[in-house]
Amino acid sequence: MFEIRIHSRGGQGGVTAARLLALAAIHDGKYATAAPFYGAERRGAPIVSFVRIDDKPIRVYSQIKKPDMVVVLDASVMDVVDVLQGLKSGGKVLVNSQQKKEFGGYLSSNVDLTGIALKEKLVVSGNPILNTPVIGALAKMGVVSVDSAKKAIREMFSDERNVTVAEAAYKEMSA
Amino acid sequence: MKKIATGNKAVAEAVKQAVPTVVAAYPITPQTEIVEQIAEFVSGGELKSRYIPVESEHSAMAACIGASITGIRTFTATSSHGLLYMHEMTNWAAGARLPIVMANVNRSIGPGWNIWAEHTDSLQERDTGWLQVYVSTVQEAYDATIMAFRIAEHNDVLLPVMVNLDGFLLSHIMQPLDTVEIGDFIPPTHLPYAIDVKNPTGYGGLTGTEEHYKMRWDIERSMRDSVKVIEETEKDFAKRFGRRYGFTENYQCDDAEVIVVAMGTLGKEAEVAIDLLRKEGIKAGSLRIRWLRPFPNLKILKGKQVVVVDRDYSFGRGGILATEIMAQTKEEVFSVIAGIGGQEVTFEDVAEFVRKRRIGTEVWFGVSNNV
Repeated sequence: MFEIRIHSRGGQGGVTAARLLALAAIHDGKYATAAPFYGAERRGAPIVSFVRIDDKPIRVYSQIKKPDMVVVLDASVMDVVDVLQGLKSGGKVLVNSQQKKEFGGYLSSNVDLTGIALKEKLVVSGNPILNTPVIGALAKMGVVSVDSAKKAIREMFSDERNVTVAEAAYKEMSA
Repeated sequence: MKKIATGNKAVAEAVKQAVPTVVAAYPITPQTEIVEQIAEFVSGGELKSRYIPVESEHSAMAACIGASITGIRTFTATSSHGLLYMHEMTNWAAGARLPIVMANVNRSIGPGWNIWAEHTDSLQERDTGWLQVYVSTVQEAYDATIMAFRIAEHNDVLLPVMVNLDGFLLSHIMQPLDTVEIGDFIPPTHLPYAIDVKNPTGYGGLTGTEEHYKMRWDIERSMRDSVKVIEETEKDFAKRFGRRYGFTENYQCDDAEVIVVAMGTLGKEAEVAIDLLRKEGIKAGSLRIRWLRPFPNLKILKGKQVVVVDRDYSFGRGGILATEIMAQTKEEVFSVIAGIGGQEVTFEDVAEFVRKRRIGTEVWFGVSNNV
């Protein structure tokens, strides 16, 4: 089982990113679940969502304690949350950032999802859309296939720019 | 088509297949998405139901009762305090023998104000005459809701059915969902005692001391008869749609020396604990109770050590499942109270309950020593 924890702030699309990723994994022929953790948080507060991907049905409902991968949609949550908590040794970290940040013992990647969304003017209620470009970045990292990522995005969003930003993130992502 | 859906959306999709003539409901966290989605189906013309937005849950159930007594199919959904607010009317629905189907998203009861999973809400409805089923996956929420209509409306039952799913853990998780076209799986609603303006009859009038107990016995008679109706319905569902259910879901029970009993998502997560324990050489199994009313025959537990995980409590007595199981098996269990108000319980915790079991005692996870 491959377990991913997504860190974001309420309203940034972390929950939708988890749903898109699970849907893409299902299109890849896998089993997947996307579970937002609903606390008492509101818009702007740090939140987490969980995605599990496996070759067999998933029977676990509890929170992910030892993720294989951590995705940070808003780098500012790292000031208040230990995003690396429980991350398996050699695990991957993807941060929405222009600069690459090194995390000792982990494989770090970065991509400027915010910049990509702004370039396409993909902004809702003043917030750049991060949940669709991040799926492109995750496809680059091999979590889901590119075709399934696009298919999932098109199923959930009618605006084709969501596919454009995913493609852009795929291309721009640091290896 | 490969779909992904939340538990709430799955329930709404099932309701779309069953096409109740009337849906009367009031939103409450974490159930809101069910009635929101049904309202969308109705307003978009995808579901030909009359949707009655009411001002409270008491009124939601009252509206369902008023509609159902005319012989039509009805549905509502609620959670926690909403269910408790309905309590007078849930008793009425069962007593009036109305096959209303309701989804209840299990949530704790305040105060303190808490919106997370717990089973004490629906278990407080245990003695009302409603059939109760507890589900553990998005697919099962969908399948059980479809079957609930057929079971409730069967002339040997004519009792309301409550489909219970864990708040957030299941109501808000996204899992694969295979939807079906139900065809004639649910026969047209036929209520033998529906009100008829051409043949006026009184309902709910004063019932004398020599009549009332007979009506109460009749509820119990139908509850007992519902066992075979549930079996038949689940068998036909498996034949048509390929997914088989039962009163319980048993995992690795046959050669087990110790069996974990739980309901809802925890009952499913317990299976992962069993895999862990089996690797350690502990002969463990799990039994997930699906139907709480009518209560299943648990003869499979005979002679085994039993660990019951209750996500509920009856103050001054004990875990409700543990109490019910001990009453049937006449044997002591290890009773663990865990998951109250959404308390995090993992498969590793469940494995630990089994390793440290002390039959004949009760512990509260996170409170008592040693677990």
